[in-house]
Amino acid sequence: MKISEVLKKNAMLIVLVLVYIFFTIMTKGAMFQPLNFNALITQNAYVYILATGMLMCMLTGGNIDLSCGSFVCLLGAVGGILMVNLKVSPIIAILVMLLCGIVYGSLLGFLIAYVNVPPWIATLAGYLSFRGWGTALLSANSSTGSIAPFPEEFLKLFSGKIFSSPMNKMNAVCIIVGVVASVLVVVLNFSSRANKIKKGYEADSLLQVIVKSVLAVAAIMLFAYKLSLAGGIPTALVWVVVIVLIYHFITSKTVLGRYFYVIGGNKEAARLSGVDTRKIMFLAYLNMEILTVITSYIAISRFQAANSTAGTNYEMDAIAGCVVGGVSAYGGSGTVFGMIIGATLIGVINLGMSLMGIDANWQKVVKGVVLLAAVVFDIFANKKKK
Amino acid sequence: MGNIILEMKNIIKEFPNVRALDNVNLKVEEGEIHALVGENGAGKSTLMNVLSGVYPYGTYEGDIIYNGEVCQFHKIKDSEEKGIVIIHQELALVPQMSIGENMFLGNEKGKKNAIDWNETYKDADKYIKMVGLTESSHVLIKDIGTGKQQLVEIAKALAKHAKLLILDEPTSSLNETDSRALLDLMLEFKKQGMTMIIITHKLNEVVYVADKITVIRDGTTVETMDCKKDDIDEARIIKGMVGRELTDRFPKRHDVAIGDVNLEVQNWSVEHPIYEGRKVVDNVNFNVKKGEVVGIYGLMGAGRTELSMSIFGQSYGSNITGKLIVKGQEITLKSPRQAIDAGIAYVTESRKVNGLVLTNSIKINTSLANMKDVSEKSIIDADKEYAVAVEYKEKLKTKTPTVEQNVGNLSGGNQQKVLLSKWMFANPDILILDEPTRGIDVGAKYEIYCIINQLVADGKSVVMISSELPEVIGMSDRIYVMNEGKFITEMPASEATQENIMAAIIQSGKGE
Repeated sequence: MKISEVLKKNAMLIVLVLVYIFFTIMTKGAMFQPLNFNALITQNAYVYILATGMLMCMLTGGNIDLSCGSFVCLLGAVGGILMVNLKVSPIIAILVMLLCGIVYGSLLGFLIAYVNVPPWIATLAGYLSFRGWGTALLSANSSTGSIAPFPEEFLKLFSGKIFSSPMNKMNAVCIIVGVVASVLVVVLNFSSRANKIKKGYEADSLLQVIVKSVLAVAAIMLFAYKLSLAGGIPTALVWVVVIVLIYHFITSKTVLGRYFYVIGGNKEAARLSGVDTRKIMFLAYLNMEILTVITSYIAISRFQAANSTAGTNYEMDAIAGCVVGGVSAYGGSGTVFGMIIGATLIGVINLGMSLMGIDANWQKVVKGVVLLAAVVFDIFANKKKK
Repeated sequence: MGNIILEMKNIIKEFPNVRALDNVNLKVEEGEIHALVGENGAGKSTLMNVLSGVYPYGTYEGDIIYNGEVCQFHKIKDSEEKGIVIIHQELALVPQMSIGENMFLGNEKGKKNAIDWNETYKDADKYIKMVGLTESSHVLIKDIGTGKQQLVEIAKALAKHAKLLILDEPTSSLNETDSRALLDLMLEFKKQGMTMIIITHKLNEVVYVADKITVIRDGTTVETMDCKKDDIDEARIIKGMVGRELTDRFPKRHDVAIGDVNLEVQNWSVEHPIYEGRKVVDNVNFNVKKGEVVGIYGLMGAGRTELSMSIFGQSYGSNITGKLIVKGQEITLKSPRQAIDAGIAYVTESRKVNGLVLTNSIKINTSLANMKDVSEKSIIDADKEYAVAVEYKEKLKTKTPTVEQNVGNLSGGNQQKVLLSKWMFANPDILILDEPTRGIDVGAKYEIYCIINQLVADGKSVVMISSELPEVIGMSDRIYVMNEGKFITEMPASEATQENIMAAIIQSGKGE
């Protein structure tokens, strides 16, 4: 593989690193502080999880879910009323919220897959009504329009740190996890190459694998080191990593995942090849709403309250993360890792601009421009290939 | 010798990694019909795109001399102003708009931004009369058949004051009657002094209309035949196209034992999914035996695709009635999945529309209909999937550097092979091949025929639907003729001739 090809293939990753360095310089190193590593993850955990669901929807043909942000708000109200006002045990509340997600997801999936309602219209209804519904519930059950405090057991499940330790003191668990993850990545890289060579497939050169492994280990250890100084592994990170790994597996290794891609590529061809296209569409939206429920747990825990502005623009952040990460707006292509890079890039830009003290309104302008630039870049990069 | 209206000299056009045209020379005389023939991917369409300015001046080498002057076309409008108009293979009409609106699309009548509708429709009516259409120009495009749509395209070209008309595969989606009408129209235009270039795969059409034939092979002009001087027949043209004598257009099938009935269809009727009560398939009965190729011949719109898709898990139509008996057992198939599991495969006529996922690799397309066999507990066995794709690539001689190549990058013939790979890997007993050789070149056709022979030799049953008579007669053991939703006759291939099949169709039309 030529250097130019490698650069093109990893263009977004390179952009991410450059943007990161840019903000580190502009903030005189503040961006590089342990606390801000922690902030990058906890502030963006919701994007990663929602964007995973959005990725699955977009794969089926550029379909999106506009309702997930408002749904987070409604779920917050439901959770708040149950746990704070009615003093229901957190486990029951978690299950009830999950049930809400399954009911809504099934309804939405049914409408889209079996009644053929265009997804953006079906979800626009939720976008409009859920925030109203959630806000109404909140103001009926609280004088301030915000419900708090949530029980400690609930918050601990989705926010805070695992094995937390004081600031600026090395957290051993964090380092150990980092080392284990690094070893796993290296072993996987090399065994996959060896396997490919054994079976006579096209494989990366040894140098490539070494470079790839070194960079991956460096990134993981940097994160582990910084997080260990910031008090340990954020609980939200565990959720994100687990979800991301599961969906990476589904999209790249399973028949189910394959069907999402082929439906996005050519729905009729998929249908005539025996793929139950309606079932897949149904699953895409059911799955989206279940991941929205998990997002709502994390969002409530982070803010330690349920309020009417929760989840505002979450759907747009998720869509932006996917698109910047190279997920096709027409469906049929995109990967979980691409999405992660896209979502992180937006997260880094957000955090960097906040640290620089840029006005929130201008931050939105920059985000919009980045989104457009990413899509234009993608179109040009693909054109040259042909 | 007449006046040379167009000369293309030493045209070279390169794409990344490929030289699509390599020193092409073409001379067209005023007032003649010049046919451009060649296998798929030989460069015919590329050449015409160079001529019409789709590829602007500067992106190719060589000269275009039109009416004695060297031309530099930067966009399509430039060539149209000189009277060179191209009609592309895919119709470029907006279905929801009227004939008149379509005809002046991008070339609107009137002053500045205001469209003069009276003038538009008056002119449109004038031009569509010239192509022999009786419709009003207010009729919407979606309400007229494909044959008439093609005529509207020609009328549109006339409205641009075409002097040199280029027709790229004008009859590829027309039935025989409409094709013949179109060719006659071309001959009529010739009398009036129009010069035309026609690109087509149908050699009988070439013989029928062309004055001169230029053969392009692998991006270069091989020869130009003059039909007035030499005695040109189809075999002679094929020889030029493939560079060798193709004595047998259809490979011999070695004695295959024909066994029991594999699929029997009884009293099969299907209604149109939107227009309730309109029967598109009317009380059809047929069967196909093990080791047999059954041909279903019918003109476009006869209901052949509708018939096969309704059998294939009711993937088309409503109010489907009738009996389906697979290997002696009556079954009901409610979805393509059930049909596949029952051993039926439907190989579509439009591979790009509903056959292949063009943005995915050969590998992914090959395994799509039978993921079960390349996965365990729903987890894909990547090695096995790769091996399967390679196996079929070699078996069907698909031309590609690797099976990771996207199907969209392959030529028509190779795409067809990938489509066949998919269905062969699904391991059906009965294959319904809908127009298996549409839009692919002579060489690839022969290979597809060989594959069909191999399939029946392996004990499969093949139902081959085609609107090419020689193909149906050359390949089938038995032939059914379909017209307007009904099966009108059945005959063994040995008794079939082009004449008696066409006669049967005309006869059935009169009976109405």
